[in-house]
Amino acid sequence: MKLALGPLLYYWSREDTLAYYEAAAGWPVDIVYLGETVCSRRHLLRLQDYLGLAEKLVAAGKEVVLSTQTLIESESDLKALRKLVKDGRFLVEANEWGAVRLLAQANQAFVSGPTLNVYNPDTLTLLADMGAKRWVPPVEMPRDMLAAMLASGNHPAGMETELFGYGRLPLAYSARCFTARHYNLQKDDCQFKCLEHPDGLTLRSREGEDFLTLNGIQTQSAKIMNLAHRLDELRSTGVDVLRLSPQFRHMERVVNVFRALLDGDIAPAEATHRLDRIMPGRPCDGYWLGEAGMAYTGMQAQA
Amino acid sequence: MKPLLELICPAGSLPALKAAVDHGADGVYLGLKDNTNARNFSGLNFDARTLAEGIRYAHAKGAKVLMALNTYPQPATLARWHAAVDTAATSGVDAIILADPGLMAYARKTHPNLRLHLSVQGSATSYEAVNFYRERFGIQRAVLPRVLSLAQVENVVQHTDVEIELFGFGGLCVMVEGRCLLSSYACGDSPNTFGACSPGHAVRWEQTPKGMETRLNGVLIDRYADNEKAGYPTLCKGRFEVQGETYYALEEPTSLNSMELLPEMARLGIAAIKIEGRQRSPAYAAQVTKVWRAAIDAVKRSAETFKPNPAWMAELNKVSEGSMHTLGAYYRPWK
Repeated sequence: MKLALGPLLYYWSREDTLAYYEAAAGWPVDIVYLGETVCSRRHLLRLQDYLGLAEKLVAAGKEVVLSTQTLIESESDLKALRKLVKDGRFLVEANEWGAVRLLAQANQAFVSGPTLNVYNPDTLTLLADMGAKRWVPPVEMPRDMLAAMLASGNHPAGMETELFGYGRLPLAYSARCFTARHYNLQKDDCQFKCLEHPDGLTLRSREGEDFLTLNGIQTQSAKIMNLAHRLDELRSTGVDVLRLSPQFRHMERVVNVFRALLDGDIAPAEATHRLDRIMPGRPCDGYWLGEAGMAYTGMQAQA
Repeated sequence: MKPLLELICPAGSLPALKAAVDHGADGVYLGLKDNTNARNFSGLNFDARTLAEGIRYAHAKGAKVLMALNTYPQPATLARWHAAVDTAATSGVDAIILADPGLMAYARKTHPNLRLHLSVQGSATSYEAVNFYRERFGIQRAVLPRVLSLAQVENVVQHTDVEIELFGFGGLCVMVEGRCLLSSYACGDSPNTFGACSPGHAVRWEQTPKGMETRLNGVLIDRYADNEKAGYPTLCKGRFEVQGETYYALEEPTSLNSMELLPEMARLGIAAIKIEGRQRSPAYAAQVTKVWRAAIDAVKRSAETFKPNPAWMAELNKVSEGSMHTLGAYYRPWK
């Protein structure tokens, strides 16, 4: 199983972002996803910057994938998307069907991102026909459904499966910016408040229960999805790549724990124990078991 | 010639269908009694008998019937969605409304003459996405998610042959439809696979010393003072706390009402206006259809002088969630 560093979902300063990828070049991950998937107003890194980072990461032995914006609203969004597709040097993760169309027209292989809503083998086969070589299931897909997807006779040959295995779950996208709304600002004049919240803004119930995370137009879980303790199941189900979603602090340590786990140097229980101490929230794993996403079973009741 | 401002109304039941048709709907949309559509609520929707009667009734009065099969088929139960497409084709509906590309491929292959609409649950917000479904499956109409401003809608219309349908009135999703997993995160059932958001079985209402509390699978969605009217705990419309401030952090309990934009929608060539609310009563279907029929007729008579009649707006506010309405994303500052 390979390890992937998912696209950075938050908005960090240019210095922090560059330093993060500089460091990531030396981390034991196989694949690095680059690019802005959440908000077109986030401009501290442009496509040229990402292409420069991509070259450095490739030189460091990483596979690089450029991720497209999930919600396309304007002609300038499309212009940015076309530029990204046109470069053509790196694999692209398509996060909506307009990107799929453009990539297929350009005869480029691509990764089918988690927001393409692939819930059945017919849709996956269609994507394979259009050039997808890897797919990321919706983050809500349970183990049993994924197993059925991969076991079905018409699972496209050679199609890799990448699972969201660690991090705050990206749950929803809106035209509205909830971070700007929190500061009583309009999106068009958001003053880039996301920069002040490198792990997002926690939304709590009125009883003080951490529930969701506001990240601009994206809403995430407050809890951290962690499937480290399910490694054996991930393997037997047929997961080829495990996606780790970036957090502001301790990401290198997160990567190292997963590397040690995959290499058999530490047991799932030890990995879980170590991750519990460095994750910026409480864990969850409910989606994998077909329950509410926020639920957590952890090491108990492991078959 | 493309249609202009067809009025498409919700039919959650046979009585609601008849009410909408009787009050001037150009078309109604409905679903079957299972998770093949995004209003999978007990007591709603159609079986073989009511579907046949509904189609007969609507067609006799010149109205179209559209069937929503707009959830995402899953491997273990794929046959259910295929059977639903077959049912739609043989029953004589005028179009089916789909979200899943795999299901579109099935419909296209099995029933090449069946008209396909792209559901709002397909999350297509650009003409590149809309044209993908056009090229691959020959869709004839797309319902756009409630995220674009009117200028952005115009850009889509100008770059596609596909008819564009917009939401006019009803419950408002603040998230991109089809791209929202908040419900499954909180309670396990998502609109994409289960066909419902914040489903009734996960809801608890409880009168406490602090006020009426509404919960979704245990999570406190809102708490109401004695002088406040408690609303259904749709989880994006609760009051939450962010950095010490308690407010409607995502969206107020409000309804979309885009009536004042009808002249602009006519100018853009919008093919149809959709009214949300299959979960609502036949009385709602009658009332909302009647008002929107009058408004669309007035716009078609004279778009330049059109103004929403205050009496219409008062009627609509009576049936709005929270008795409030908004222009939503059509009006840029809402974002």
